Amino acid sequence: MELLGVAVSMLVMFAGFGVLIGLLFGFFGMGGSFLVTPALLVMGYRTDVAVASGLAFVFGTSVIATLKHRDLGQVDYKLGVLMIAGTTAGIEVGKIGLHWLQDIGLANTVVSIAYVGLLGGIGVFITYNALKSDGEGGVSHDAEDMDVEEAAEDIPDIAKKIQSYNIPPMMGIKGGLKVSLWMILGVAFATGLLSGFLGVGGGFIRMPALFYLIGVPVPVAVGTDLFEIVFSGGIGSFLYAMDGAVNLSIVVPLLAGSALGARLGAAATSLVEEDDIKVYFGIMLLLGSIAVAVREIGGVIEMPVLDVVSLAIIVGAAMLVSGAVVVSSIRELRAQGPTATAQSAD
Amino acid sequence: MFGLENAAGPTGAAMLIGIVLVEALLLYVGYGVLESVLGPTIARALRGD
Repeated sequence: MELLGVAVSMLVMFAGFGVLIGLLFGFFGMGGSFLVTPALLVMGYRTDVAVASGLAFVFGTSVIATLKHRDLGQVDYKLGVLMIAGTTAGIEVGKIGLHWLQDIGLANTVVSIAYVGLLGGIGVFITYNALKSDGEGGVSHDAEDMDVEEAAEDIPDIAKKIQSYNIPPMMGIKGGLKVSLWMILGVAFATGLLSGFLGVGGGFIRMPALFYLIGVPVPVAVGTDLFEIVFSGGIGSFLYAMDGAVNLSIVVPLLAGSALGARLGAAATSLVEEDDIKVYFGIMLLLGSIAVAVREIGGVIEMPVLDVVSLAIIVGAAMLVSGAVVVSSIRELRAQGPTATAQSAD
Repeated sequence: MFGLENAAGPTGAAMLIGIVLVEALLLYVGYGVLESVLGPTIARALRGD
């Protein structure tokens, strides 16, 4: 059976996967989107289609997330516009690099290795910090409630050191800080490069970079990052779409499922402590990196069955963590009294 | 999908991205309404009331 020229089974599968990814994004505030491109690669889509469709999905997701943050006053538009300029240049270079690698037949291998390194590295970082229980490694649920001026006093030492270098022109950012324009453009270019090359929004690198390297207060870093992802995702997917690489039959159902999952995940944040589940999230990213590695090995030793194993690991890991969030939320709901439940539901 | 399988070039790209943008806006509004209407009922059902 088909709907709008696409098999219903495919639409249902992508919508279901979207719900899983949205749950993770809504709950952890990061990490949903960069499972999409590896999953599409494992499913056998061409690299440029996987990257382009991943970017278009990131664009849609960030539009929805930014709408939720728009009234919180946590977006530094001047910083955001500068980040967009640097990111656009980075995306274009990343895209050229990917096409060049595709021409010489190395795109799949290089992108897969980069994913293994990124997912694995971040997975280790988050798991390590979750086990230490110091609350690092993701966007804090409390970020929306933090006061900008108060948060500005709490910037890391490395950011203070970087701010001490006066490489003109200097510019002011929210929180009363002065930062070199070149540092901002450098961070933006590097994250744009990743966006164009890997088909990710770059938020999981940019948000920590804004905070740790530039010293932007966490709430402003989160808001500005979301604002910026709308443009980097939009520009990136537009550039790829000009070459006909964006596949709407992937993006539309994925986004529909993800938007629903994100609402469920966001609702779950008021019920479940993030630190209780963060270790599962770190493990999921590690499993994601293993899945991409398994797929690559399968290609080298010509064992197609490893593609299926790889896909099962990615979907299984996402289901495991999403399931942990849902089960913990329901358990918490049942444990609460009627009044508390009504408040949480709001 | 939507007859845009072969869409390319600036016009095709703008149509593709426009569809994603419109979908995102519709989903934001639609799920928001659904959440406000069905959220409390679902929460009560999950609690076992």
